[in-house]
Order: sequence, then C-alpha cells, then structure tokens
Amino acid sequence: MTTIDYERAPSVAEAGPDSELARRLQKMWETAPGLKGVLGSVDHKEIGIRYMVTAFVFLALGGLEAVVMRLQLAGPNEHLLTPEQYDQIFSAHGMTMIFLYAGPILSGFSNYLWPLLLGARDMALPRLNAFSYWVFLCAGIFLYAGIALGYGPNDGWFNYVPYAARQYNGGPNMDIYSLGMILLGISTTAGAINFVVTFLRMRAPGMSVNRVPILIWGTLTVSAANIFAIPSVSLAFFLLWMDRNVGTHFFDVNAGGQPLLWQHLFWMFGHPWVYAIVLPAMGMVSDGLPVFCRRPLVGYAAVALATIATMVLGFGVWVHHMFATGLPNIALSFFSAASIIIAVPSSVAVFAWIATIWGGRPIFTTAFLFFASFIVLFVIGGVSGFMTGSVPVDWQLTDTYFVVAHIHYVLIGINVFPVVGATYFWFPKFTGRLMDERLGRWNFWIMFIGFNIAFLPMHLTGLRGMPRRIYTYDADMGWNTLNMITSVGSLLFAIGVLLFFWNVFVSRKHGRIAGDNPWDAPTLEWATTSPPPPYNFVVIPTVGSRHPLWEGRLNETRSDTYVEAGLVLDKGRENVGTTPLDAQPDAILKMPGDSLAPFILSLCLTAIFVGLLLNLWVLVGLALVASAAAVLGWLWPESKLGETRAGVHV
Amino acid sequence: MSDRVTIQAKLPVGAIDTRASGWWAMIFVIFTEGALFAYLLFSYFYIAVQPHVYGDWPDGGIPSLSLALPNTIILLLSSVAVYWGERGRRLGSNNRLIAGLAIGLILGIAFLVIQYFEWAERPFSLSSSAYGSLYFTITGFHMMHVIAGVIGLAAMLVWSINGYFDRVRYAPIQIGSLYWHFVDAVWLCVFFTFYITPRLG
Amino acid sequence: MQKKRYIATGLLAAALGGPVAARAATPLDYLTGYGSKADPVVQLTWGVLLISIAVVAIITLLLIASVSRGRAQPIPATPGQSLAVEREEGGLNWLWIGVGLSTLVLLFSVVWTMEVIAKVNAPPAKPALTIEVTGHQWWWEVHYDSSDPSRVFTTANEIHIPTGVPVAFKLIGADVIHSFWVPKLSGKTDMIPGQTNTMWFDAEKPGVYQGQCAEYCGPEHSLMKIVVVAEPPDDFKAWWDKQLQSPPTPSGQAFAGQIAFGTHCGSCHAVRGTDAMGILGPDLSHIASRKMIAANIFPNTPQNLTKWISDPQGLKPEALMQKPELTGAELADIRAYVETLK
Repeated sequence: MTTIDYERAPSVAEAGPDSELARRLQKMWETAPGLKGVLGSVDHKEIGIRYMVTAFVFLALGGLEAVVMRLQLAGPNEHLLTPEQYDQIFSAHGMTMIFLYAGPILSGFSNYLWPLLLGARDMALPRLNAFSYWVFLCAGIFLYAGIALGYGPNDGWFNYVPYAARQYNGGPNMDIYSLGMILLGISTTAGAINFVVTFLRMRAPGMSVNRVPILIWGTLTVSAANIFAIPSVSLAFFLLWMDRNVGTHFFDVNAGGQPLLWQHLFWMFGHPWVYAIVLPAMGMVSDGLPVFCRRPLVGYAAVALATIATMVLGFGVWVHHMFATGLPNIALSFFSAASIIIAVPSSVAVFAWIATIWGGRPIFTTAFLFFASFIVLFVIGGVSGFMTGSVPVDWQLTDTYFVVAHIHYVLIGINVFPVVGATYFWFPKFTGRLMDERLGRWNFWIMFIGFNIAFLPMHLTGLRGMPRRIYTYDADMGWNTLNMITSVGSLLFAIGVLLFFWNVFVSRKHGRIAGDNPWDAPTLEWATTSPPPPYNFVVIPTVGSRHPLWEGRLNETRSDTYVEAGLVLDKGRENVGTTPLDAQPDAILKMPGDSLAPFILSLCLTAIFVGLLLNLWVLVGLALVASAAAVLGWLWPESKLGETRAGVHV
Repeated sequence: MSDRVTIQAKLPVGAIDTRASGWWAMIFVIFTEGALFAYLLFSYFYIAVQPHVYGDWPDGGIPSLSLALPNTIILLLSSVAVYWGERGRRLGSNNRLIAGLAIGLILGIAFLVIQYFEWAERPFSLSSSAYGSLYFTITGFHMMHVIAGVIGLAAMLVWSINGYFDRVRYAPIQIGSLYWHFVDAVWLCVFFTFYITPRLG
Repeated sequence: MQKKRYIATGLLAAALGGPVAARAATPLDYLTGYGSKADPVVQLTWGVLLISIAVVAIITLLLIASVSRGRAQPIPATPGQSLAVEREEGGLNWLWIGVGLSTLVLLFSVVWTMEVIAKVNAPPAKPALTIEVTGHQWWWEVHYDSSDPSRVFTTANEIHIPTGVPVAFKLIGADVIHSFWVPKLSGKTDMIPGQTNTMWFDAEKPGVYQGQCAEYCGPEHSLMKIVVVAEPPDDFKAWWDKQLQSPPTPSGQAFAGQIAFGTHCGSCHAVRGTDAMGILGPDLSHIASRKMIAANIFPNTPQNLTKWISDPQGLKPEALMQKPELTGAELADIRAYVETLK
C-alpha cells in the first residue's frame, strides 16, 4: 500500500524496552498467532529454537541407537541383534549424530545468536532461514521413515560402493539414504548462504570484522566451506541413486565406472564437514570461557585466523580417509604431511584457551566446567587424529576402534560438551531463566566420567586390533573386558545426557529469573531483554569494540559503544545494511515478514524426492512444476520490500 | 548521548543493486552450483584417466561440433542480449530491457531445442557405458539449469512488461541476469570438457 | 578440583598400564611386530603414541594448574551482579611458545613418517613368491602364482608363507571392497573391485598370525578372518608340494560322500583331481588340513563341520553358501569324505 521512498535519513533516538517505539516495533515484528504463524514464522529466534529442539531429539535417537549397540557389544558372541539389525543401527547412529544432530544443533545456536551478536534485527534472508529449517525437518522425517519401516541405511554413514550398489544391496535402504541426504544438503546449503550474506551485510554500525565474536568466525568459516563442499556429497549420492535406479555406470567396474570415485567425492565433502561440526562449537567456547574468566580471550586475532586456516587446510586432507586404498607414495606423503600439520592452528586455539584461564579469575559455573574440560577432550581427540595422520601408523589404526575412539573424542568432546556448556550459558537469554547449577554439577561429572570411561579404553581396544563395524567378536581376542568397560561407561554417559535434558526441562518453568545479563558478559546479546523481543533491539546499536558491554572497565578502552541510543528503523520491518569490512551503514533494508512460501516449497521439494524414491516420474514432474511455482511466488517482487520502483503496488 | 551518535546521511531504502541481500545470495548460489559442476567435471576426468578396458573413450569417437558449436554461440549471444537489455534499463529504457530479455529467452529456448536434437543423435545412452552416463548426466544437469534460467527469464520479462522497474530499482533483473551469465559460463566449461579436450590428444 | 586431578591421573595410568598388563591373548594387536615390514611401523606407532600421551598429560596439567592457581572466585549470589574484569598482559606468549613447540614436534613426526613410508614401500629383497588373494563375501580365495605353471594352485582362507623372505601379495576384490590385514606382520591394504593392489610383508619367525577383514563388506564382515601360517622354508615347500597333490581316492563311506559331494557341492566348490570344479566358493582340496572353517571362524571339528555343511546360516547368519538339502545319511557321508581331504 505504501510507496517506499528511494532514500531516507534514519533518525536517531534513545529508547528502551518500555517505550512507545518498542510497542510499535513489537506489533510489526511479532509472529502472527495460530497456524499461519507457526508455519510462516521467519523469526530467527523461533527458527533457532526449532533447530535446537529437533537436533536434540535426533541426539536422543542416536543415543538410543548407541546404547543398543553397546549392549550387543558388551560381551563376546552376543545375540541381542542380528547382523542385519546391527548394520542398520550402526549406520543410523552415524547418520543421525553426524548429519541430523551435530550440524543442525550448531545451526540452531548460530541462528538464534547471530543477529543478537551482530546487533541486527534478523538474518539477511529470513524466509530462506525458515526454508532451511523446514527442509531439515522434512529430510529428517524422510530418513527416519525409512528406518522405522526397517529400511534404514546399512552400509555405514559413508556407504562405500560397491556394497551400496543395487547388486549387493537390493532393498530401498540406500535409495532412501541417498535421496534423504540430498534433501538435507539443500537445507544446509541454504543455511550456509544465509550466514555468509548476513555476515557481509547485517552487522551493526561500527562492528568491523575485527570486532565480531569468535562464534561468528566459526559459523562464517564453515558456511563458506559448506557452500563449496556440500555439492560434492550431494552429487555422490545422486550418482549412486542413478546407478541404482537408472542404470548408469559411475561406480560400476563392469562398464568403466570407478568405486574410488565415490570415496573421493564423499570425502572431499566429508572431511570439511567434520570441521564444520566443530569449529562453531569451538567458537562458542572462545566466546563463553572468557566471560567466566573475567577477561577477554587471549589471542583473538590468532584464534580467528586459526579458525579460517583449519577450515582451508581441511579441504586439503580428504585422502587421509583413503590411505589403505593403494595410492601412489606421492599422494600418501602429501596428504599425510597436511593431515599432521593441520594440528598447528588447533594448537593455537588450545593455548589461547589455557592462557585465558591462566590469566583470568575463573568462576566454576557449570558452563565453565564444560568449556574447561572440553580443552582436554579436544586435545585427546586431536592427538589420536595426529596419530592416524601418519600413513604407516594409519595402515594399522584405520578401520579399528582406535578411529572410533578418535571420532567420539572429537565429536562428543568438541561438539557435545561445548553445546551443553553453551546451553547452560545461553539458556537464560533464550528463556529468561537460569538452569539449575546443582543439577548442572551432577550433569557435568556424570557426563565427563561416563564419557571417559566409555571412550578412553577404546583407544586400547583399537590398538588391540578390534575392527570397526563388527556385530560380534570372539572371546579370545583380548577385547572382552575393554568392551564391557566401554558399555558400562556409555550407559553412565547416557544418564548424564538425560540429566542435561531434565535440567533443561525443569529450568524452563522453575529456573531463577535471569534478567538481561546474568553473567555480566560483554557481547551485544546481553544488552537486550531475556528473552529478547521479536525485534531484538529497540534502536540499532553502534559498536565501538570487541567487548561492547565491558568498555570502560577494561583498562584501556573508552566508551565507544551506544546501545540505549541508536538508529530508529520503524517504517515497517527494517534493518540497516552495512559495508562488509568496516560496517558503515549503506542502506536501509526492508525485511520480509511471515510467509508460507518456505514451508510450501519444502513440501514440494520433499515430494520430488518421494517421487524419485518410488520411481513415480509423474509425481516428480508435478512436484518440479509445483516447486517452480513456489519459487516464483516467493521471489515475486514486492513493493513493500523495496524491490519495485516507486508507484508500483505489488 | 544521542548527539554523539552520528546522524546519518540519506541511505538508499530497499533492494538496490549490490546492496540487495538477494544479490549476494545469488553470488553464493552461483558458487555452490559452480562447485557442483566442478565436481561433475572432476568425475569425468577421474574416469577419463583410468585405463580403458571397456570400449572407446569417448564412446562413439570424438563428438562432432556441428551442432554443439553453433549452440554454444547461441547461448553466448543470449547472454549478450540479456546484458544489453539490463544495461538499457539502467540507462532508462524499459523497452530495451524487454527486448533484451525477449531475445535472450528465445535464444535460450533455441539452445534447449538444439541440445535435444544433439542428444537424440548420440550413439550411446545413459546406461550403455560410463562415458554415456557422464555425458548425459553432465549435459543434463546443465540443461536443467538452463530450464530454470529460461523460467527466470520469462518471469523477468513479465515483470518488465508490467513496469515493475526503473533506472534505480531493478534488482531482480540484476540478480536474474547474474544467474543466466553463470549458466552460460558453465556451458563453456562443459563444452570444453566434452568437445575440446578429446581433440587435444 | 582435587577430584578432577585424581580422575585424570587414574585414567592415564589405566591407559598406560593396559598394554603392559594384558599382552597374553591379543592376536590382532600391533604394538609388537614380527617382520621387517612391521618393525619400523611399530617403532613409529610407539613414537607417536608416546608423544600423544605426553601432550595430553602436559595439557591436562596446565589446565589443572590454571584453575588451581588460587585466583578462582565464587559464583555471584545474584544473577547479573557486576563482577570485575581485567586484561592481564603477556597472554600471547603462551601462544607463541606452545604453538612453536607443537609445530616442532609435528614437523619431526612428519619427517619420521616420510622415512617410514619410504622404508616399507619396497621389500628389502626380491620377493620369494607372489600370492594373489581375492576377497569375497565372506571368505578369502588364495592363489599361489609361480613361473612354473605346474606349481600353480588355489586354496582358501589359510595362507602359508616361508619365514625370513619377503612375500608379495596381489589383492583383488571380487564383489565389494574388503581389506586384507594381518596386524602383526603388516598394515592393511584394501581390496577394491576393478583394481589390483600390491603389497608385501615377511615373517621373521615361524608362527600362526591372525588377521581379519578390515573394510565393512556386509553382514558377515565380522566373521571373515585370516590365518597366516609362517613356516621354515623347507616346511613351506613341503606344504606347497602337498597342496599340488590331488587328495587320495576315498573308499567306503567317504566314497559315497564323494558322489554326494559332486551332486550337492561341486557346482560351487572345487576338489583337485575330481569332477568338482566350482569356483563360487572356497577350494576344498585340502580342507581337512586347515585348522579352521568358515573363513577361520570355527575350529575344524567334526561337529562344526557337520553344522556348517548342513546349516551354514545357523553358524554364520547371512553366509552366501546355499543350505543344501541333505538326508542324514548324505550329510554323514559328505562329512566323512571331506575329512579325507587332507
């Protein structure tokens, strides 16, 4: 209805959460009530919570799968599971944890926190944000529907061919896995693009690149990497689906195909992906730990650069998953050297964290316990990785439980522990209440002790030669006691995780009221209410340093940050666009509100994949047309978004 | 307090050229789709350099340029037309924009039609050999991107005819044409891989 | 924080004490080697293992020290209470020292690694023989090559090699990817359909060395073991000669068994010198001389043999060996025949 001016000088004012401005912003930004709001919300905080809850559900499912496996492996020659059941469970466990939990949980935290950390009202592309969640949910349901029907993946989470080919794997298991993973890849890519554009365009005035929190560096780096890496695995799965359903010969040796092509395409994605599921978590520690040490992070620039360096080097090591495949020496040497040297940027972070604690005045909150203990788990996971980086050693270690120990130290140690710590840290911001600290201590110690009992001895199990992916083992291999210890430890660890879920559940209603900034922390998210209003900040802050809320208290900084006074953007949903490096305002961006297009498009895309799975080509065609229509509807220029010339009403 | 926060000069409002979030999103869509084609072509070369025990490489001999070369030129010209039209919009002419988009659209459709005839001529099929699988899959992926681009051009044409844009606000055209030029650039890489590299010995 | 220190120390002790305490029955461990391919790798393995343990210990100690310096403060009573912040200088020195030392250790490890890769790349002497091993779902086809065509033969699952000389291997995957691994003699090498991977190893001392398939290859991946019997060269030659012989002609029950064998088993299995020439399953010419059956999973006893022949899936659930339709008499006859195949 209104014509959008081509230009405007935004006014500046001082206004708080109880002002008239705040009331008007509330009306403009709150999600519509009812089903339309649920399905159409583009609020990054709602989307973030959905991601986190969904990811934790998958964590629980993956954990159940783990417990069942450990019961089967607790002793030699057990018959709790048939081989086929075991194979589906270990594959589902890997898929669930690595793809449906580890990535999405970090997307959830990042989604919720980024605009608040950056001093913005929303992500750059709010509808794309909603879309990435709906597609994730659809892909998760698609994959688990297969598992529920007894057609779960059964070739591991990196399903090598030829065993994944139709000839050896005749059921629909690998088709469901392949198509579900492609669908999930669409979600992750959409999310990645959103983060990168948000970083470039949505930072508050004055938040130059050297002032953003390390979580921003972490998520930004992995998002940029995912943009380049995900097509590799999506392609691999699509080619596999084609070999299985359309008669192509990409991986089929009988007609010129190459089984190793699968491994290259998978691991060119797979190795960057394992950094993608830890670097943002490391960023959360880098931002949270200093709060409980009452000092800034030591070596901010070094840590930010180390984050980027790790990711970049991470593209150059994928062949270390293939050391035993018969490669020429020159390839072995190069990738071995790279895989060992990649530990250098990681060591930067480790020493930065230790130095921060050493030079700080630590407060042993539950969050701190998780963040501090993570450092040891990180190093254990790191050194076992270092060991496998040495080719001749890897020829013994690969495909044994040593690698299983390694991956659990890096995944549980560098993803789960930081995530739990981050939950204790940011839960008050999300809900307005603190989690229970006494319960938190029990939670921490049971998780920490249980985890180490389960997985530390597992290194020895691997050194004693127990191969991966076996559903049982003989009594005279020397593995009995170790497996029993691991199984007991894993049950204890599971109890610890349940305690965590319990603490989250009860604290929502009964936790102490937190207020805006319960931890007296320095970054912008703590400058607004807990939970934040839908528009995040009443006026757009201007940022003067890395620690906006600690200015004037750290020895040398003046007060350059303004939070109570700033740009008033109240002519509809608006945010300020700023330049990529120095964050100088250069536009007023009109932000989209609730929209059903992302949800509808997700359903249409899912229908395409259902059609492909069932070989119903008519459904595929119709769903493609519907998807195109949904995209056109979504992208149709709108005058209220400033996408058309003045005088046109669309 | 408020006088220490600088009062801003006038800022452009809405989606305007490289300030539009959508423009940046398209850049990264191009990166990710470009990476997809890089991996497709990697697959081609990975299989191509293996010892060939199963028939010729390329299957059916080196592919002929008689349709592919003119088709490449058609696609290049369509990019030129779209660029010419977009530039016209910036200089103030909606009619030039419409003309450029229309010519680009027609040439894009022509590309698809000619490609269809090329496919029909191939002596191999998707399932006859690894080469056949690669040829039809890679050119097929490209074709799907062209179809998406053609739909986009048609939409841009409709929007232009309805007078949505002026010399300041035409971000959808800038974003859409970026995609079309990308599709063209990808074709050059695909064309080079299948039609030129076998001739390089 | 005392508690944390005790736990950490306890775990480290367990980790270190483990390997020393329980060497007794660990047939697949590789912390000791028994050949010139294994030895340099064992040293490197111990080297990087000890470096790793040292790094973990140092970092753990640093962490414990950093929280135990007496600078800790209690959690504030009221949420949001303002608490002092300060920036102590000199923190970056940690980084340079720590990262510098780490980089030196890593570079040293890279150099040592390159050295070992070069050392184990080729055998110290020309290999005495070449054995072609083909991985099947879920058994090993073993083919002894020779420049003399009359000395070529095929067997299955149990591999014999002479001690003291390098043996070359050609590794093939027949169906899906398998991995050939005899830990005390060598690291693993994958068997990938469509390509032939080569490797070598030697055994210094006579003995029975166990291995296992090390690439997930389907439901019975767990039950696919390798046995390598290393014998003094004379004994090895005697074994080879024996393998070239056709088994003796059976009589009595075994003779009836041979006929039943031909009908029910010959389409998949081969016995040298008879009409049974199947190649889909393991060669059974000298099965009775093998210590284990079903790819080295069950001891070669009459009971196990009977069970295996009559109901393979009862012992190895997804085994591809078809369950034969046998009467009790046929079963007993076949078993009697098979027991003559020494």
